[in-house]
Amino acid sequence: MSAVHAPYVEAELGPIPLALTATAVTLLALLVLYLVGFDQGAVSRTGMFLHELMHDGRHLMGVPCH
Amino acid sequence: MSLTSATPSASVRPLRGTYLRLLVRGLLAGLLAGLAAGVVAFFLGEPHIEAAIALEEHASHDHGAHGGHSHGDDALVSRTGQQVGLFLATGFAGMSLGVLYASVLYAVRRHSRLSGPALALVAAGLGWAAIAAVPFVKYPANPPAVGVPETIDQRTLLWVAAVLLGLVAVTAAVALARALPAETSLTSRIVASLAVFLAVVCVGYLALPHINDVGEDFPATLLWEFRMASLATQASLWLVLGLAFAWLTERFDRRFAAQTVGVR
Repeated sequence: MSAVHAPYVEAELGPIPLALTATAVTLLALLVLYLVGFDQGAVSRTGMFLHELMHDGRHLMGVPCH
Repeated sequence: MSLTSATPSASVRPLRGTYLRLLVRGLLAGLLAGLAAGVVAFFLGEPHIEAAIALEEHASHDHGAHGGHSHGDDALVSRTGQQVGLFLATGFAGMSLGVLYASVLYAVRRHSRLSGPALALVAAGLGWAAIAAVPFVKYPANPPAVGVPETIDQRTLLWVAAVLLGLVAVTAAVALARALPAETSLTSRIVASLAVFLAVVCVGYLALPHINDVGEDFPATLLWEFRMASLATQASLWLVLGLAFAWLTERFDRRFAAQTVGVR
């Protein structure tokens, strides 16, 4: 085999840090999607401000709005 | 020697890189995708949102009734603010979907014989089918002035259920394609997967309740154009997400190959 197919050497996270990172990233991403798509003040604590700010994006991304 | 078992050339390198590297790639591709979707939404969608809001304001002046919120001078966020918010919404949605997409690619890559860029593009296509297309056909996007505010919670839950339905249908189709015997032809594989996908989607569509909130006098052309703009917005998000991730993957592979050639 030529050197082009040398094994990939960058160190991967151990299994536990990997699982923790994947869980944290997934939860954070879902939280952001919730804040963009569904928040009405209960989670963001901004009243309806965030809801209104995201108004046009929500409509055009097909999320039910009002 | 058959083509499939030939020495992998530069074009069929599997997706490589640590989880963190793929996450960064997904975040970057997602940001680009979100901004591209924002531009498409701004130019194709905003005129129809403006037109729908004008109708909404007109109706509430006529009947003295107010919907869930106001878009006029007394609004919490001005119309300009909402148009800036459009880019924030698509940008943050793109980044969130980008890291979820990268996580899925990291998890599935060891089960795939596709090259990194091809896997990225296929996954983006399936993501669009599951998260955009399946919900859209059952519960299409609605412009302002359409929708009964009292049923928003119920409609939101049903829309989320339609997203889950799309994810289940795509997962079932991919699982079937992989479970078929190795000698199955490509076309049979595609037809069988498509049949499973459509079967799951149809059963789900029949189980989910029908909703029609569009008023009798809402202009049909405006509704159609808004929905086309929404379709284009979501399609551009997934298309750019897949293309940008594939491009960054190719770029990384080239640099990686150059490095190893350098130390030879």
